[in-house]
Amino acid sequence: MKKGISFRQAFFTLLKRDLQIAIRHKGDIFNPLLFFILVVTLFPLGIGPEPQILSRVAPGIIWVAALLASMLSLERLFKADFVDGSLEQMLLSPQPLPLMVLAKVLAHWILTGVPLILIAPLLAVLLHLDGNSYGALMATLALGTPVLSLLGAIGVALTVGLHKGGVLLSLLILPLYIPVLIFATSAIDAAGLNLPYSGHLAIIGAMLVGSLILAPFAIGASLRVSTN
Amino acid sequence: MWKWLHSYADPERAYNLSGKLLPWFAMLATGLIGIGSVWGLVFAPTDYQQGDSYRIIFIHVPAASMSMAAYMAMASSAFVGLVWQIKSADWAAAAIAPIGAVITFIALITGATWGKPMWGTWWVWDARLTAELVLLFLYLGVISLYASFEDKVLAARAAGILAIVGVINIPIIKYSVEWWSSLHQPSTIKITEKSSMSSDMLYPLLINIVGFGMMIGAITLIRFRAEILARNGMRPWVRELAKAEGVK
Repeated sequence: MKKGISFRQAFFTLLKRDLQIAIRHKGDIFNPLLFFILVVTLFPLGIGPEPQILSRVAPGIIWVAALLASMLSLERLFKADFVDGSLEQMLLSPQPLPLMVLAKVLAHWILTGVPLILIAPLLAVLLHLDGNSYGALMATLALGTPVLSLLGAIGVALTVGLHKGGVLLSLLILPLYIPVLIFATSAIDAAGLNLPYSGHLAIIGAMLVGSLILAPFAIGASLRVSTN
Repeated sequence: MWKWLHSYADPERAYNLSGKLLPWFAMLATGLIGIGSVWGLVFAPTDYQQGDSYRIIFIHVPAASMSMAAYMAMASSAFVGLVWQIKSADWAAAAIAPIGAVITFIALITGATWGKPMWGTWWVWDARLTAELVLLFLYLGVISLYASFEDKVLAARAAGILAIVGVINIPIIKYSVEWWSSLHQPSTIKITEKSSMSSDMLYPLLINIVGFGMMIGAITLIRFRAEILARNGMRPWVRELAKAEGVK
C-alpha cells in the first residue's frame, strides 16, 4: 500500500472515480432526471390544468417529485461497489471511512441533485409557479437536496446487503425526509405571498450543516454493519 | 462503579433477572392502570368546557408520552448495544420496537377520536400530529429493517443505527406545540411549575402515565425473554430450561 496519501487526495480521487463511472453510464444521470420530469408531468394531468390550482400545489409537487427521484437514484449509490468488492477495499483503506463516504455522497449529489436543481425552474414554469417563488424554489433545492442525499445514504448503507432493499429503503428514509419537505415547501409558499422566508432557509441550512457533520459517521457505521 | 451492571450482559443472567422483575412490573401496571382509569373515567369531575369527552385524556396522554419514552428507551439500548457491543441491549431494543409502534398507534387513534368532537375533524395536518405519525413510521422502519435481515445480530445493529438516527424526531414532537402555534393544546402537565389542571383530574392522569410505563416495561420484559431464548436456542442453559418445561 502506498503510504502518505493525504486525506484531500483520497477524497478527490474517490470523487473523480465516482464521477467518471457515472459519466460512462449516462443512464444513471438521466433516468432519475427523466423520472423527476415524468412525475411532475403526471400531476397536471391528474388534478386538471387550471393555473390557479397548479400554482398553489406546484411547490409541493416539485419537492415530492424531487424526494422520490433522489430516493430512486440513491439505490445505486453503494450497490455496484458492494457487488464488485471495491466497497470492502474502501472500508479497509487507512483513510477515515466518513471522509470516503462523504466523497461518494458528494459525487452522487453532483450527478443527481445538481441536474435536478437546474431543470426545476423549467418545470415550475409548466406548473405556473408564482413569479416571486423562483428564488425560494432554487434556494430550497440547493440547500435541501444535499440533505436528501446525506440522509438517504444512511438508509442505502443499511440496506445495501439486502436483496430486496427497494421498498424497505423508502420506508426507512422517507420519514427522515419529511422535515426538509415541510420547511422547503413552506418557504416557497411564503415567498409566493411576498413574506420573508429567510428563517425557513436558515433551518434547512442548519439541517444541511447538521447532517453534513453527523451523517457520514452514521453512513460509515451502517456500511460496516452491512458488509459485516 | 458500573461494574456490577456488566454481569447482566450475560444472556442467562439477563433472562433470570427479567423473569424476577416481570411480576412486579405486571402487578404495578395492572394496579395503577386499574386505579387511574376507574378514577379518571368514573370519579374525576366533568370538564366545564369539554364535558365528559375529555376523559379520553386518561388514555391518550399516557399513550402519547409513553410512545416517545419507549422510543428513547429503544434508542438508548440500541446505543448501548452499538457502543459497548452488548447483544442483550440490542435484543432489548428489538423487543421494544413493536410495543412502541402499537402505543404510538393508540395515541394517534385516541387523539383522532378526541379530535372529532372537539375540533370537528378526525385529523389535521398539524405539527404535533404529523410528528407523531412520523414517529409511527420510524417504528415501522425499525421493525421492518430488523425483520429483513436473516442474520439477527446484523439485523439488531442495523435497526439500532436507524433508531438512533430517528431520535432527532423526539424533541420535534415534544416541543412542536410550543414552537408552532397549532390546534393541539399545549401540555397541561408541568414538572417544574404548577400544572394547569385541577388535581382531581391530574392525579389519575399521572397514575395512568406511570401505569402505562409499567405496562410497557412488563410487555418488553416478556418479549425480551422470548428474544433471548430465540437467539440462544443452542446454549446448554436454554436446553436445560426446555427440558425442565417438558419440551422434547
